[in-house]
Amino acid sequence: MAADKVDPIHQFHIIKLIPINIGGYDVSFTNSALFMVATVIVAAAFLLLTTSSRSLVPGRLQSISEMSYEFVANMLRDAAGTQGMKFFPFVFSLFMFVLVANLLGLFPYFFTVTSHIIVTFGLAALVIGTVVVYGFMKHGLGFLKLFVPHGVPVFLLPLVVLIEVISFVSRPVSLSVRLFANMLAGHITLKVFSGFVVSLSALGAVGVAGSILPLAMAVALTALELLVAFLQAYVFAVLTCMYLNDALHPGH
Amino acid sequence: MFVTSAFAQESAPAADTSHAATEGETHSGTSVPAEHGAFPPFDPATFPSQLLWLAITFGLFYLFLKRVVVPRVGGIIDVRNDRISQDLDQAAKLKGEADAAVAAYEQELAEAKKNANAIGQQANDAAKAEAETARKKIEAALDEKLGEAEARISSIKANAMKEVGSIAEDTASAIVEALVGGKATKAEIAAAVKSVAG
Repeated sequence: MAADKVDPIHQFHIIKLIPINIGGYDVSFTNSALFMVATVIVAAAFLLLTTSSRSLVPGRLQSISEMSYEFVANMLRDAAGTQGMKFFPFVFSLFMFVLVANLLGLFPYFFTVTSHIIVTFGLAALVIGTVVVYGFMKHGLGFLKLFVPHGVPVFLLPLVVLIEVISFVSRPVSLSVRLFANMLAGHITLKVFSGFVVSLSALGAVGVAGSILPLAMAVALTALELLVAFLQAYVFAVLTCMYLNDALHPGH
Repeated sequence: MFVTSAFAQESAPAADTSHAATEGETHSGTSVPAEHGAFPPFDPATFPSQLLWLAITFGLFYLFLKRVVVPRVGGIIDVRNDRISQDLDQAAKLKGEADAAVAAYEQELAEAKKNANAIGQQANDAAKAEAETARKKIEAALDEKLGEAEARISSIKANAMKEVGSIAEDTASAIVEALVGGKATKAEIAAAVKSVAG
């Protein structure tokens, strides 16, 4: 049991809360699903309740909602122009979902939804899927110009196209792995340092004195993780904006 | 050191095989302990559930944001921007009005100053003229009185001078009487006084 507590991987375990099985697939309601629901409820409730007064002069909480709205709106406008604003609800919900999931994960004993590769990959695949579908819908085969940059000598073209295709295909991978790896590594590090505190302080007075350093590290890492939680949500949203820009304007 | 490492190397495969054996056993025995084997984020057994619930939750979240939150927050921000530009317009209008009022006031003030100067000048002139006439009238009256007084003085003086002769004659006759003891005739004395006064 003690080893279980210190085990840094333990926090990523999926626990079935309500077993559900549909068509041979295990789609149980797990702790992961619970925290997805919690993320959605917290984010939606915050956005809804803080703006319910619709004050002309916003209070602190309403300011946070408006700031996040305008933050994402400016991000999208800068990256993809005013045409990109039709994707605003999508980018805004991605940003809020990832941000709130990351922040909720920082609470002790809470599950971090974004520390599972399948979740981040699902979101990244949604982004790339939107880019591909919208790109072909809007430009038809002209969307393939994305892979053919202007002003490249003909003899280099096959190589460049190959590189472009590879870079495009690796986008969902890099997008999902970046978020997943950051959250995973951060939580493992936090857990390892907190584990040091627990196991060292079990050794008596010397151990308690020695556990001050990992405790300080854990505190500092928590602050760092707070930054990472925001930063990764921001990076995810910015990259989404840039990929959407490719769908809107395929010719570089 | 050497001994222990060698021992570890020797015993490691055995431990591995036993571990693998137990893992295999548990796998075949029940379906649950997959959680203990694979690293949880890479356990494909959890993928369908996570993907489904992600689709459900994120889908609902997207719809909620699109239908409710984005129009609301966007509306709040638009209303505020409208209000601010409207207020700025109104402020500019009011400033224009204030400027016009200040200009009108300045003009009125300048006019009033001019009028006041004129009125003051006029009053000053009138007062001066009045004072001048009053002074002339008083001067004339004084001149008249002066003339009268001079005439009276000269008549009084003439009378006095006339009486001076008779007083001198009386005095002279009295002196002659006292000194000489005789009486001088009136005509002699008058002639003597006249010659002295001459």
